[in-house]
Amino acid sequence: MNKWSDNRAWWLVLPVVLIVAFSAVIPLMTVVNYAFQDTFGNNEFYWAGIEWFQEVLRSDRFHGALGRQFLFSFIILSIEIPLGIAIALAMPKKGLWVPFCLILMALPLLIPWNVVGTIWQIFGRIDIGLLGAALDGLGIEYNYTQNTIDAWVTLIVMDVWHWTSLVVLLCYAGLQSIPDAYYQAARIDGASKWATFRFIQLPKMNRVLLIAVLLRFMDSFMIYTEPFVVTGGGPGNATTFLSIDLVQMAIGQFDLGPAAAMSLVYFLIILLFSWVFFTVMSYLDRAES
Amino acid sequence: MKTKALVTILYIVFLLLPIYWLLNMSLKTNEEILSTFSLWPQDLTFANYMVIFTDPSWYNGYINSTIYVVLNTIITLLVALPAAYAFSRYNFMGDKHLFFWLLTNRMAPPAVFALPFFQLYSAVGLFDTHIAVALAHCLFNIPLAVWILEGFMSGVPREIDETAYIDGYSFPRFFTRIFTPMISSGIGVAAFFCFMFSWVELLLARTLTSVDAKSISATMTRTVSASGLDWGVLAAAGILTIIPGILVIYFVRNYIAKGFALGRV
Repeated sequence: MNKWSDNRAWWLVLPVVLIVAFSAVIPLMTVVNYAFQDTFGNNEFYWAGIEWFQEVLRSDRFHGALGRQFLFSFIILSIEIPLGIAIALAMPKKGLWVPFCLILMALPLLIPWNVVGTIWQIFGRIDIGLLGAALDGLGIEYNYTQNTIDAWVTLIVMDVWHWTSLVVLLCYAGLQSIPDAYYQAARIDGASKWATFRFIQLPKMNRVLLIAVLLRFMDSFMIYTEPFVVTGGGPGNATTFLSIDLVQMAIGQFDLGPAAAMSLVYFLIILLFSWVFFTVMSYLDRAES
Repeated sequence: MKTKALVTILYIVFLLLPIYWLLNMSLKTNEEILSTFSLWPQDLTFANYMVIFTDPSWYNGYINSTIYVVLNTIITLLVALPAAYAFSRYNFMGDKHLFFWLLTNRMAPPAVFALPFFQLYSAVGLFDTHIAVALAHCLFNIPLAVWILEGFMSGVPREIDETAYIDGYSFPRFFTRIFTPMISSGIGVAAFFCFMFSWVELLLARTLTSVDAKSISATMTRTVSASGLDWGVLAAAGILTIIPGILVIYFVRNYIAKGFALGRV
């Protein structure tokens, strides 16, 4: 669509720019400020250059948290995306059940994140939780507060429970936009189920899929509340992801310099990935039109 | 066909089981929770809910959360509507860069902003107020709302604007009387997502409040760490936080699929 060229449109955008500047630019500048300075209290600051960045980038603590974070996001994406597609394909296309399914599936998305944590904290306990008790009854040793593997499995199952619906809803919307004529043509050509999926459904979904991957990557990379409530980063620091580590450093220990440097590195990683996704997405858009 | 229905049903059961378990626990006494293991309450009690409805430190949490969520939704929509109109209708200097910059704020980890927010809002005297949390949540809600609304507005043909201007409508009058009603479903979807992301957020809400504006999620996490054992009340509080979500989904159920269909979440 052709747009009018008019720089007076800035007046319409101004309120947004002002509010976001207040709640994003000023705080971000504070972070940048801390990242390059050192303090010995009394609000006196000294120029520290890139010292904090060197310290953070070389520390084992950061490497550990970053590694765990990437592993977590990778596992989450490789489970939730295929599962989400499969369920979207299995859902009824029309009828009375559709709104019913949609409402039930959207339910986990609207539960406050700490309550999601609480639900799974209770659900996984051997003494009072259904999951923990069931596993215990089957003779499987399971304790998410003591065992690293169990803690990871609990967090991953929790995240799958919490967020797969988002992928399902996105893919479902993508599938709904395919006209019936496409399927009829496929049937006339005698296309197999796999061929229908590969050449009709998948290409129509690739845009929403990219959005799903982007959102799931960003949000799983920023995860804080759920592991904080369920495992508190433990056992040891087995589930200490970047956000948990950062909050511990900034608000727990008040190590402003390293925490600020780490914040910037963290933000830049997310930005870099998102930018790549964004570029691919707009490239696909252009290829389509 | 049978396997398809089975997959859907299994998935929904998987989603509902943990929620059922929470509901089950919220209707039991603490003794029953800890002593006997049962799939449904043997001795049905609403005592846990009564605790929440009679203790101000609990029910104030719900009131506070509702206040800042509503404030946030109003602020976000008020500023996002004109901005989304500008992005959907005009080319102006730096529009693409501005749009990407706005979206980067949706990507910013709240953990990065927790400490600077705390200092900023303390410095301007807004710490522990509802407006502080509402403004802080604008960080991720405004970009999202602009993105969603821009999608809906681009679907409205530009001829409508032109006709209205020729008919002598001024911009504010056109915008409020004609344009806004036309994209009401888009506004519904945007409000839904603002509500949702503000309601579920914990980290910023907890960092920016202490007593007067303490959110329900903060109340819940603090209770866990303090006493750690009152499972029944905790479960009841959890169930009560799910209810607003169900209400909101019910009201926007017809728009959800449409909002998702635009691929703008």
